[in-house]
Amino acid sequence: MDAKEIIARRVALELRDNTLVNLGIGLPTLVAHYVPEGVSVAFQSENGIIGFGAPPPDGMEDPNLTDAGGGYISALPGAISFDSSTSFALIRGGHLDMTVLGGLQVDQQGRLANWMVPGKIVPGMGGAMDLVVGAKRVIVAMQHAAKGKPKIVETLTLPPTATRRVSLVVTEMAVIEPTPDGLVLRERAPGVGIDEIVAATGAKLLIAGDIPEMPIHWAA
Amino acid sequence: MFKAITAADAAALVPDGASVMIGGFMGAGTPERIIDALVARGARGLTVIANDTAFPGVGIGKLIDAGCVTRVIASHIGTNPVTQKKMIASEIIVELVPQGTLIERIRAAGSGLGGVLTPTGLGTVVEDEKPVIEVDGEKFLLEKPLRADFALLHAHEADYNGNLTYRLTAANFNPIIAFAAKVTIVEPHQIVPVGVIPPDAVRTPGVLVDHLVERPR
Repeated sequence: MDAKEIIARRVALELRDNTLVNLGIGLPTLVAHYVPEGVSVAFQSENGIIGFGAPPPDGMEDPNLTDAGGGYISALPGAISFDSSTSFALIRGGHLDMTVLGGLQVDQQGRLANWMVPGKIVPGMGGAMDLVVGAKRVIVAMQHAAKGKPKIVETLTLPPTATRRVSLVVTEMAVIEPTPDGLVLRERAPGVGIDEIVAATGAKLLIAGDIPEMPIHWAA
Repeated sequence: MFKAITAADAAALVPDGASVMIGGFMGAGTPERIIDALVARGARGLTVIANDTAFPGVGIGKLIDAGCVTRVIASHIGTNPVTQKKMIASEIIVELVPQGTLIERIRAAGSGLGGVLTPTGLGTVVEDEKPVIEVDGEKFLLEKPLRADFALLHAHEADYNGNLTYRLTAANFNPIIAFAAKVTIVEPHQIVPVGVIPPDAVRTPGVLVDHLVERPR
């Protein structure tokens, strides 16, 4: 299992039955492959649909049915579509149960930076700022380090996406919960030691008692 | 009752230097024939207000490629490296606005509101020097209305009176920008007789529409 699969499988365990969930582009979209059995989740895409499905068979693409990255999707029975104002009313208005977003940095206060690297890449925030402000739970799905540099840092050096404390950070090494007291280490990836996690993290981790392994299935 | 115009006629209505809201999300729901006609007539100096600039060679990306645009107000340009290159070369000024804020600023303009109060962007570079207003103990950013000279829409059906429907994710910004410009031009996928669209299915009232673009003949 590679890093991305570990992250996606672990994040998927946060999905709850009968909820509305928005997955950011990139790594977070992989979460849809690992929805636990018996859990029914409606996925929203912020360009205006709830209930989209896998890409259609070859030749069946509809130019009026795409995801937020512009890729072709299908619609599941019961899907609904709406305009951008309605889509962001759902997001900002507290009607979205959970969002999963990629991250460039998370700091000790649990703040997320994920939309630009000054002087390098300026893709724009798209819907990220609204999602972090509005979703009931914000889960950051990202690799623990980038080019050997920790992405979990004491204080953000990149522009924040919002000031809100995110709910959970899931990496290929650990599950970390930002709390008012700081970053609490909740779980470690199978086979990963606490010392390895601490060494790869640029902020203080609160570690109390035994830290269990992520309940993900290696063989699956 | 409308008399449909050609895409070239529509492009001729939009002068160089105009501000133009364009529907679409990564190219889906974008009026491609009007865009092609703007490129063909060599439009210059346009300010484009839209969610994104799609991809090179697709939708709004064609206007960027052809050098028609000098200013972009959008939420995301990450899928179009040409926009980014032109921004770095100072050929295009890009103003980035959070997506939910962008659509609400447009909605405010079209609905006669003086702005919107949103928590999005507080404590970030988006806050800039905008007024922060406290309502019942909660802080919000005041974001001002955003309007344009033209709105260019893609719709699924239009009837002879300009009533519009949309399909699936091709609605996106289209129904909102229809309210917010001085002149609204619509490129429907098909034009149908009055009465074919049931009243409850109309998503944009024809009263908002100034011009319908005919299907290619």
